[in-house]
Formats: sequence, structure tokens, C-alpha cells
Amino acid sequence: MISRRILAAATLCLAALWGLPASAAQKSDFSICWTIYAGWMPWDYVQAKGIVARWAKKYGITIRVTQLNDYVESLNQYTAGKFDGCTMTNMDALTVPAAGGVDSTALITGSYSNGNDGIVLKGTGKTLNDLKGQNVHLVQFSVSHYLLARALDTAGLRERDLKVVNTSDADIVGAFATPKVQAVVTWNPQLTTVAATSVSTKVFDSSKVPGEIIDLLVVNTATLKDNPALGKALTGAWYEVMATMRAREKDALTHMAKASGTDLAGYEAQLATTAMMYTPAEALAFVTSPRLPETMKRVSQFSFDKKLLGEGARSADAIGVAFPGGAVIGNARNTRLRFDASFLQLAVDGKL
Amino acid sequence: MRFINRHPGEGGRWLLSLLPLVLLLLVYGVASSLRLAENADDKLLPSAAQMVDAVKQMAFTEDERTGEILLWSDTAASLKRLFMGIGIAAMAGLCLGIAAGSFATLGATLSPLLAVLSMVPPLAILPILFIVFGLDELSKVMLIVIGIAPVLSRDLEHRAREIPVEVLVKAQTLGANSWTVVLRVVLPQLLSRLFVALRLMLGAAWLFLISAEAISATSGLGYRIFLVRRYMSMDIILPYVAWITLLAWAMDHALKVLNRRCFPWSEGAAR
Repeated sequence: MISRRILAAATLCLAALWGLPASAAQKSDFSICWTIYAGWMPWDYVQAKGIVARWAKKYGITIRVTQLNDYVESLNQYTAGKFDGCTMTNMDALTVPAAGGVDSTALITGSYSNGNDGIVLKGTGKTLNDLKGQNVHLVQFSVSHYLLARALDTAGLRERDLKVVNTSDADIVGAFATPKVQAVVTWNPQLTTVAATSVSTKVFDSSKVPGEIIDLLVVNTATLKDNPALGKALTGAWYEVMATMRAREKDALTHMAKASGTDLAGYEAQLATTAMMYTPAEALAFVTSPRLPETMKRVSQFSFDKKLLGEGARSADAIGVAFPGGAVIGNARNTRLRFDASFLQLAVDGKL
Repeated sequence: MRFINRHPGEGGRWLLSLLPLVLLLLVYGVASSLRLAENADDKLLPSAAQMVDAVKQMAFTEDERTGEILLWSDTAASLKRLFMGIGIAAMAGLCLGIAAGSFATLGATLSPLLAVLSMVPPLAILPILFIVFGLDELSKVMLIVIGIAPVLSRDLEHRAREIPVEVLVKAQTLGANSWTVVLRVVLPQLLSRLFVALRLMLGAAWLFLISAEAISATSGLGYRIFLVRRYMSMDIILPYVAWITLLAWAMDHALKVLNRRCFPWSEGAAR
């Protein structure tokens, strides 16, 4: 009696711990997670307006789009197999799922940061050289850290010329309000708030390195391979919303603005620094351009320098990244991140 | 025999106390190997060998960049904050508790204030704490102090009130003034109680420490956990959690032993 109960409890624990590793087989129910960011707000709209449900129905599947509150947690949940897809940046796609052995495909390359990430110093007329010797507050190992590394490159400085203080993105605005904090690196909407408080100078932002901080929808490669319907439905739903956004439809934009906790003007200001790729043709041109492999090489090097590619990584080439047309950077036998163009091509050809 | 009357023997007691731990480890081991069989690079439930590697890296190898051994420098940074926080909170709690509990006049002001303050969740007013105490070591220590001092002082205040009036009257008939009563009667009784209260508040103190380190830091056990959480290095996080548990247990045990050494009467009186 008791032993049977213990057995049942143990089985239950086991099931809970094991989770649901994304099974690579034909299935019909999928779940996608996303977090709040200017370039990802369309995911709220496609779910709320039933657009994704309609596209999924067309291909005989169901897709649940869930918003998570914590970005890092969403990466972890996806990597652990709780979701079939998740929104993330190109760098995090490399360092979290790909480094964690989960073969992932960048299905939709939605936008890149074109001023949404920036470095702010207190005082007027400051330059990058004023970062020397400062405590710089940022979320360590995030795209902020990457942006800082790129900025230091351009100024001929190195990271050991300053001190990086890991500061949670939720508290960075409060941190900048304290007298001792002189320099922060952050993203929007915090960046706008920080740049507006007291007298400060934005010494560098992502528009100086355009196309390097890319916002993706990443999907489990095996799942996508076995279920092309998932890719078709998501791509179709996404570009339907992109068309309404490109036409600047007030209702859609106001909905997204509200969902991101701002108003229409605030959201449009964020979109101004986000280079949205409104048409599949733009996205196709972006993922097939020779600049993308170069960017990913830089990102791999940065991630390796910071030991983000895992303990086993011997060089920045440890993880292979594949591009449309078959080109691969890094170890091709360990390809874990793939930029896809096939679904974009279908969208361009109007075959969805 | 009824279940309520059944007592396990010496061996049985050991077996029963180890059973849940062994079961947990077993469940973990099975789940971990299942996940690793599916994906050898899985980071969620690392194997024992992976954790040993991570421990070697963190606890016995110098970091290339700083030349420090990370686990020890993290532990030193965290313990310094924790001890300062607990020390200040204990002093403040003791003083406030005695003042509020022994003197009705002071208690009239302090009691309601402490009652309200102990209910304020410190993590919810973080931005204010930042402005007042900055983002450096001070704010981390103060978060611990603000988190546990009001509760400590409320507990001590109630203990001070529980001291039998007869004892206080007796001390006064023997010629003690207010100061002497506090020093010779109230303080010794409360010191023992302080140890007990501190043991109960240790968990909360750790919680506030880890939260403070998660928000902004360059070293510390909580800092490391939240940093590597960014790329889901559970092989580092799990040994760190085990280490924190061990440290907390050691502190709890030390306080218990210290209490027994310094105030042997306190436990004898209880039972």
C-alpha cells in the first residue's frame, strides 16, 4: 500500500522533472512563447485577433502563442523543451539553445535593432573615451554586453579599461537615478527613460552597428522539419500583420502599444529605432546577404571570449551556424543554428 | 499496534530520514540521464560528472581574467555582506526590542511603528533604497537589515513583555534602577532569545542577500547564480545551491551551539 503510493509519487516527480522534451514527430498542437519588445509585439496581436488561429486552421494544426514575463526564463523554457518556438536575439539563440544542444532554426527574421540598444553616460558632451575607468552597469552576457564590446572596439578601448557591473534590466532605470552610477548600457524602453533622466549623453547606439542585433522567432529544427505546416502558418500569420503595420493601421498599432504598456506615440518612437522588415522580400534579402555570416562570426567570437559556448567549446567555431544556400560558419558537423529562407521564399512567391 | 504508537528503532530512524533524500537523488539521476540520452548537451539536469567538472572549474581553478578562485571570492563577498547585515540587524533588533518591550512610554511610539515597518516588503521599495543607499555594498547590507531587523525587534519586544513582572519588581526592591533592570534582568534573558530568533531569520537573510546580489553586483554567490542563469548553466547553479544550503545549515548549527554554550539555562528551562 505505502510502497505503491511511494512509487506513484516518484513517478509523478519523474514526470514533472522530465518535462516534455520537444518530440520530433508529426503532431498537431504547437506552442510558441514570446516576451515584450517593440519588434515582437505583433505576436500579441496575431494571438489576440485570432490571426494565428486562422492560419493554423488552414494547415490543420493549432498554435498557442503565450507571452512570458521574463526573457531569460523564456529562453530557458524553450531550451528545456516546453515550447516549440520562442522569440530571441541572434546572440541568445547561439548561446542558449544552440549551446545547450537544441538544434534551432531562425524561422522569422523580424527586425534588427537600429538604435534600440545604447550606451548612456551622465554629463554633457561625453564620448566613448569617457567610459575609461568607469563602472558600467548592464546585463552581463546580454546584447548590451555585445554592444559595449563593439563600441569599445571602435574607440580602441578594451573591456579591462573599465569595470562591468551586472545589473538587472528591471532595475537599471532606478540605478541610473542614483548619483554614483555614471554609465549604463541598456535597451528600449529603458533606454529612452535613461537618456531622458538628468543631463546625459548617448555615446553609442546600435544604429552605428546596424543589422548586428537581430530579433528572431526561433523554432526547434526537428519539429519544423517534421511539421512544415508550423512554419507555413507562423510565417503567413506574421506577414499578414506586417502588412497592416506597414500600412500604419492605427487600430493594430494602438493594440500593440497598449500591450507593451505605452501609448501610440511611445510605441511609434520605439518602432523608429527598430528596423522592421515589413515584407518577406526584405527579410529574404537580409538572411541571404553575405553580411549575416560576418555578423554571426563576430557574435560567435564574442560568445566564445565570454565562455558562453559551453565548457566543451575549444574555439569560436565550436558551434556551426548554417545560412540559406548551404553556407556554414564554424563546425558544420555541430550545426545547431540555422537561418532559414525556404518559408520566406514561399511568402515572397505568394504560395502560403 | 496503532500507527500513532509505533516508534522506529535507531536503525529505522536513520533509514526513514535518508529515504526521501535517496529517493530525490534517484529521481534526479533517472530524469537527468533520460534527458542527456536524448541530447548530450542538455543543460537543465546535468549529470554528476558535469557538476564535478563545474565544481573543479569554479572551486579549484583560478579564473583567467581576475586570477581569483571564483567560488571562494563569491563566498567571501556574500558572507561579508551577510554577517554585516545580520550583525547590524541583531544590534538594532535588540536595542529596539528592549526599548519597546521594557518601557511602556517608548513602546507606545515604537510598537505600532515596528508593526507597520515589519509588514513593508523591502523588495517592493528597491528604487527608494537605491537612491538612499546607492548601489554599492551598503545597499546590499541595508536590504538585509531592513528585511529582518523589524521582525527581530518585534519578536524580542514580545519576549521582553513575557518576562514575569515579579522578577522586575524583585530587582527593583533590591535597589535596581531602570538601567540596571535592563542590563541585569532583561538583556540576559533576551540575548538567548535573540539567538533563537536569528536562527529562524537566517533563511530570510539569505533570501534578501541573494536578491540584492541579483539586482546589481560584481561578485557574490547570488550574483554568480543569476549570471550563469542567463545561459542556463545548471551544472554551476546546482552545486552553488548545495553550497549555500551547507553554509546556511552550518550557521544555524553554530548559533544553536553558541546558544547552548552561552546560555545553558535557556534550553534547560524550556524542557
